[in-house]
Amino acid sequence: MSCSDQSGLDAEFSTFGRPGGPTVRAVHDDFHGDLLEVSMGPQHPSTHGVFRMVVTLDGEQIVKLKPVFGYLHRNHEKIAEGTSYLASMPYTDRLDYLCSMTTNWAYALAVEKLSGQAVPDRAQYLRIIMAELTRLVNHSCLVGFLFNDLGTSFTPLLYAFREREKILDLFEALSGSRMMCNYQRFGGCRVDPSPEWLAAASALVDNFPRFLDEYETMLTGNEIMLARTQGIGRLDAQRAINAGITGPVLRASGVDYDIRKVDGTGFYSRFDFRVPLGAHGDTYDRYMMRILEMRESVKILQQAFKALPGGPIMDPKAKLRGFRPKAGEAYGRLESPKGELGFYLISDGSPNPWRYRVRPPSLINLTLLEEMCLGHTIADSVVILGSIDIVLGEVDR
Amino acid sequence: MLGSGILKGLGVTAKNFVGSYHDPARMVTQEYPDTPAKLPEAYRNFPFLVTENATDPMGTLRCVACQICEKECPPQCIYIEKSKDKKPDAAGKPQLYPAVFAIDTAVCMSCQLCVEVCPFDAIKMDHVFEVAATNRFEGLLLNREQLAKPNEYFHQIRPAEAAEVDGRLTAERKAAEEKARAAAAAKAAAPAKPAAPAATPAPKPAEGGAAP
Repeated sequence: MSCSDQSGLDAEFSTFGRPGGPTVRAVHDDFHGDLLEVSMGPQHPSTHGVFRMVVTLDGEQIVKLKPVFGYLHRNHEKIAEGTSYLASMPYTDRLDYLCSMTTNWAYALAVEKLSGQAVPDRAQYLRIIMAELTRLVNHSCLVGFLFNDLGTSFTPLLYAFREREKILDLFEALSGSRMMCNYQRFGGCRVDPSPEWLAAASALVDNFPRFLDEYETMLTGNEIMLARTQGIGRLDAQRAINAGITGPVLRASGVDYDIRKVDGTGFYSRFDFRVPLGAHGDTYDRYMMRILEMRESVKILQQAFKALPGGPIMDPKAKLRGFRPKAGEAYGRLESPKGELGFYLISDGSPNPWRYRVRPPSLINLTLLEEMCLGHTIADSVVILGSIDIVLGEVDR
Repeated sequence: MLGSGILKGLGVTAKNFVGSYHDPARMVTQEYPDTPAKLPEAYRNFPFLVTENATDPMGTLRCVACQICEKECPPQCIYIEKSKDKKPDAAGKPQLYPAVFAIDTAVCMSCQLCVEVCPFDAIKMDHVFEVAATNRFEGLLLNREQLAKPNEYFHQIRPAEAAEVDGRLTAERKAAEEKARAAAAAKAAAPAKPAAPAATPAPKPAEGGAAP
């Protein structure tokens, strides 16, 4: 790294790490020595996929962090512009591969907006059930991985995976695949769950708070965890709003913005649930946010199982093949477990979209990674990255 | 007290550790290669072609080479060539058949769209998953002979769906036969009229409808 003269160093030091302040503290003297540049990833177990962080270190303190991604780019949007609307549906499973149900739903929502398709009541309820089960899957997975990043090798992760596995078994019994569900269709859902399936899912949801209690007894009060997460990776509300951060990361900073409440997507306005908010915007708040959201999801699910209406799951006018929406544009968005997931489509009346664009919450939440990490140690950057909750399938597309 | 949180957490893991020896609810691990994996009926992995008669698999494929699945397949892993001649299908009606039907399972992503768009119930999803191969072309590029599996096999892996499909097909065939008989009777009654168009097997009633 380059060296600079010593004048102005103190001024730099006082604003260092703040928004708008310098990201690199130029230090070169006999005592501090040079800055060290470390390339973490793309093949690194803590970066949650093929993600690379180029970290500049002063001792163990991060003075600059450059996220590098695109290693998992699969040209999803361009492929979707070349195939029919239906053929893109299985590809959306592979965007956020932990939450294929919500990704399917967001895409179906955009196409339904584009074509003005109606969705029967039962399908709306089923979509909410699937989305909230997906939230349980994603958040339990996330808290497990977060503790893996903190260095507790595997026990919390496997406890979380034990619960996640039960939900994935349900998804498999319903849609045929554990993770690549491909369940939503334009105008409804693909498979109607049997009463046995609903009973099993309902029992699982009723038991879920027991797992959360156990998990919290095991970990939330853990002193090492508190020391490693409280005050680490602070993100203030102003910065978060300016950068377009959404989802639990935004709400951990204290901003009350949940698309389930704002838009009332689907039938969410019919459900009684609260949106948990954090106060500090640090890693600990982001962890607690996931736990509290799971408790709210359980509430939504219990109401949904009780109120699930009968009837068809598919709009009778829906077409599987030869789908040609009128020329126009539509943006469908959804509160996915990671934030605002949107699909933007422009149709020119042909069987394939003229423009297809995904607004991935993971990618946009990643933009402030450097700001959150500055001034912390390299071990903390791993935890901060884990608390943002990214999936590289969605970041790179 | 500092450390009480850690001790509480250790209590949970100790409870689970001891419990895993006698409480079946805490023993969640499946000993997979020793005990076979239990698959739900809906499980899907790789398509196969349904044949009506196990003794003559190539002669009684339900597939009529309409190539809809080939067009709809998202990763374009299906390759079909139509036959030049026609062979009688299970109902005795002459139909085209696939002279070549190949699926590259290295590309297939088991999305089930081919099954959903097929109007003849000819292609269904399989339950196989132990399909490792040492050669990409011979092992993973499946041809017509490897893909053809009897209807009995379909009944074995998906009893509910297969029963529903069979019931629908027999009803359709009966309706087609009656229609043909009525058309023949009408033709016999009024020989001057041009021949009624031959009855074709009707496609699935609701294309967008979900399989139960």
